Amino acid sequence: MQRTGAQIILETLMREGVDVVFGYPGGAIMPTYDSLLDYPVHHVLVRHEENAAFAADGFARASGKVGVCMVTSGPGATNLVTGLAGAMMDSIPVVAITGQVASYLVGTDAFQETDVTGVTLPITKHNYLVTDVAELPMVMKEAFHIARSGRPGPVLVDVCKDVQSKTTEFDYDAIQLRLPGYRPHRQTYDEQIRRAAAYINTAQRPVILAGHGIILAAAHDELRALAERGQIPIATTLLGIGSISESHPLNLRMMGMHGEAYVNEAIQNADLLIAVGMRFDDRVTGNLATYAKHADVIHIDIDPAEISKNVIANLGIVGDAKQVMAGLLPLVEPRDRAAWLSQIEVWRADTMTRDILSTTACESAPHVPFVIDAIHRATRGAQALIVTDVGQHQMWEAQYYRHERPNQLLTSGGLGAMGYGIPAAIGAQIARREDEVWVIVGDGGFQMALPELATIMQEELPVKIAVMRNGYLGMVRQWQELIHSRRYSEVAIKTPDLLKLADAYGLAGMRATRADEVNDLITEARSVPGPVLMDFVVEEEANVYPMVAPGKALNDMYRRPGAERAATGR
Amino acid sequence: MAFVDRTTQRPRAPHVLVALVENKPGVLTRVASLFRRRGFNIESLTVGHTDTPELSRMTIVVDTSKTDASLVQANLFKLVNVVDVQNVTRQPAVMRDLALIKVRIDQQTRFEIVQLMDIYRAKIVDVCPESMIIEVTGPEAKIDSVVEMLKPYGIIEMVRTGLVAMVRGSGHFTGPTPDENGNGHEHEVGSGSNGYHFDDDSRLVRSLGM
Ligand SMILES: Cc1cc2nc3c(=O)[nH]c(=O)nc-3n(C[C@H](O)[C@H](O)[C@H](O)COP(=O)(O)OP(=O)(O)OC[C@H]3O[C@@H](n4cnc5c(N)ncnc54)[C@H](O)[C@@H]3O)c2cc1C
Ligand SMILES: Cc1ncc(C[n+]2csc(CCOP(=O)(O)OP(=O)(O)O)c2C)c(N)n1
Ligand SMILES: [Mg+2]
Repeated sequence: MQRTGAQIILETLMREGVDVVFGYPGGAIMPTYDSLLDYPVHHVLVRHEENAAFAADGFARASGKVGVCMVTSGPGATNLVTGLAGAMMDSIPVVAITGQVASYLVGTDAFQETDVTGVTLPITKHNYLVTDVAELPMVMKEAFHIARSGRPGPVLVDVCKDVQSKTTEFDYDAIQLRLPGYRPHRQTYDEQIRRAAAYINTAQRPVILAGHGIILAAAHDELRALAERGQIPIATTLLGIGSISESHPLNLRMMGMHGEAYVNEAIQNADLLIAVGMRFDDRVTGNLATYAKHADVIHIDIDPAEISKNVIANLGIVGDAKQVMAGLLPLVEPRDRAAWLSQIEVWRADTMTRDILSTTACESAPHVPFVIDAIHRATRGAQALIVTDVGQHQMWEAQYYRHERPNQLLTSGGLGAMGYGIPAAIGAQIARREDEVWVIVGDGGFQMALPELATIMQEELPVKIAVMRNGYLGMVRQWQELIHSRRYSEVAIKTPDLLKLADAYGLAGMRATRADEVNDLITEARSVPGPVLMDFVVEEEANVYPMVAPGKALNDMYRRPGAERAATGR
Repeated sequence: MAFVDRTTQRPRAPHVLVALVENKPGVLTRVASLFRRRGFNIESLTVGHTDTPELSRMTIVVDTSKTDASLVQANLFKLVNVVDVQNVTRQPAVMRDLALIKVRIDQQTRFEIVQLMDIYRAKIVDVCPESMIIEVTGPEAKIDSVVEMLKPYGIIEMVRTGLVAMVRGSGHFTGPTPDENGNGHEHEVGSGSNGYHFDDDSRLVRSLGM
């Protein structure tokens, strides 16, 4: 069949099972937008291209499919940069299609010409500039294959305007992929698995470090089975949350800078770390020189470049988390490891005495953990999905919401991009129409993504937006308080009246200023069939504890106040 | 982080990596961008044609006192256009550098230099009354010593190509065979092992039998 470039782009989407695209039109992508009218592809018109990339990312995380965004050349394409960098950091499969000036104008500084493949080279898994329509079918097919296979990531295809209008022969099934240099590792070696099992069987104090790779590999069952068989406690990374239910007795929960102290204590005292699908981010290790000094390290990751990058592994296994753990399982001997688990319980008990959930007085402004806990209690029976923005509220969400399932928390981890939450929730709600999608967002991040309220209205998405309004760029304020002797520099932030704003955009608006209003407000918000904007006026200068100060050892933490102090108020 | 040899406790010697890359626009940029953003220290990089028109070959000398060669190898392999990477440091390999050296001469020194160059089997490729150009090939150490010998006479300019390497014997480094890529089976592409695993020191090595 003869097809135009534009038709090839859209037919590839359909063949790849993509029926939704997040985008924004403009000159260099107009031929494709014209053809869009002829295909049953749902296009979501965002209000800023950055949010098209975030929404595609959210869609991908929520659906397990490839997320697609489409924008014009020059400013349209450069606006994608933050979203692509985030998808790269967190290994999210996204395909970005950008218009480019006509092929005969490339290199002339033509109107809205930007070297987009140059700009995005370090923040994409791979990218293409297509100047000849004959190459387009193959490139499109390769782009999807590369985005979702191996270690997933964003792939950008920059398509010249004339290429979109020219025609060529197109037969999707006949296209043979030729990627001689792209062989994501699949096979693992029995010998390595045997050696890993030997390490595990002789370990007295092992800890599994469960990362995002487990969720990407859908290896939850294998993880749980491995932990239960060997009675091995699990600590998760931020992005590994949900890889095992947070109510499972072997799940210690999140490790790292804002992990609970007993989790970090367990890691620091372990004699074996079994790291699966996690990349030892510096938020996870603290000071590397003092990290888990007594532990041997088994590192299982699909990407050979991650092994021994930050933490030197005694045994590196390159492979898919699901396959490797499945191979490991029969070789791991059942153990009870009662002494180790009860030692961890002692550390955990100390954390329990520092509980802060009960410290909010009814008539005063709630602190964020109180609100998160209330949202958790209200939604735990439901098919709920939480999307966060970046800042204090993000860490409190990780600490106080208990996720039972994988892909139930969407958050920007490696890039930590403020403004992610609301557009990602748009993508997530479109991927999972039946689910109850909540966004937890700060007053800073909310204002970065504010224009997307209009997209939510236009798309009629019932997203529940909970703004934690503390009047500060809270996370930065916390660092200024703790590390810069409370010299507050540009962290106070005003927010327009959210009820009026909700009214202007046409969503339901609600406000809670006292702790005793929180539960009712959440119940009311859940009863509204459409989107809701919730204004939670929260305690202004609360800090996220525990916290590992930069450069400090993982178990050298600022703690929550102890039992005596907690009893007398904060 | 400095990497030292486990037995000698001295900074590790440079490693030589050989990479086969697809002959596509922008491949050199991708490799250069990788080295820059990861802060890899590279002593030299050469690129040239091979017997296969679709493939070019790079020889990369890694300064392993600051950079771990296996990480460079793994990161290179991750680039979609890089077909294969081999660390040939510990293999019997022919390693050659080529230099063109323009040196000052006069009546007396001319003959002296010609004789000297003869010992190194270097060629005189251009002569004029005040200077000559010498072409010399060999391992880097040989070229370094030629340069040392010529310095007293006055080197006017010099260019070196950087190292190229090839493993001895009838073995063949041309990347994977086409069927290994599972052509035509979309979800089978790359289903074969990429041929790497980690050895006892957690160093990335190429599997035997590949
Ligand atoms: C304000 C802020 C504070 C933070 N604090 C913390 C904190 O306290 N604790 C914390 O943990 N994080 C924290 N983070 C997040 C942190 O920056 C990292 O994003 C996070 O630790 C990364 O988790 P990960 O390594 O599991 O996931 P990723 O970075 O997504 O890495 C996934 C790994 O899995 C591998 N992989 C992919 N697919 C497979 C597969 N099929 N099989 C095997 N392996 C696979 C990949 O190659 C990669 O190495 C914070 C972020 C922000 C913004
Ligand atoms: C795009 C972007 N700019 C700046 C930062 C640095 N930063 C991290 S957290 C934070 C404050 C976030 O404030 P807010 O959204 O109000 O959330 P809070 O911490 O108060 O919960 C800032 C500025 C960032 N992560 N992303
Ligand atoms: Mg705030």
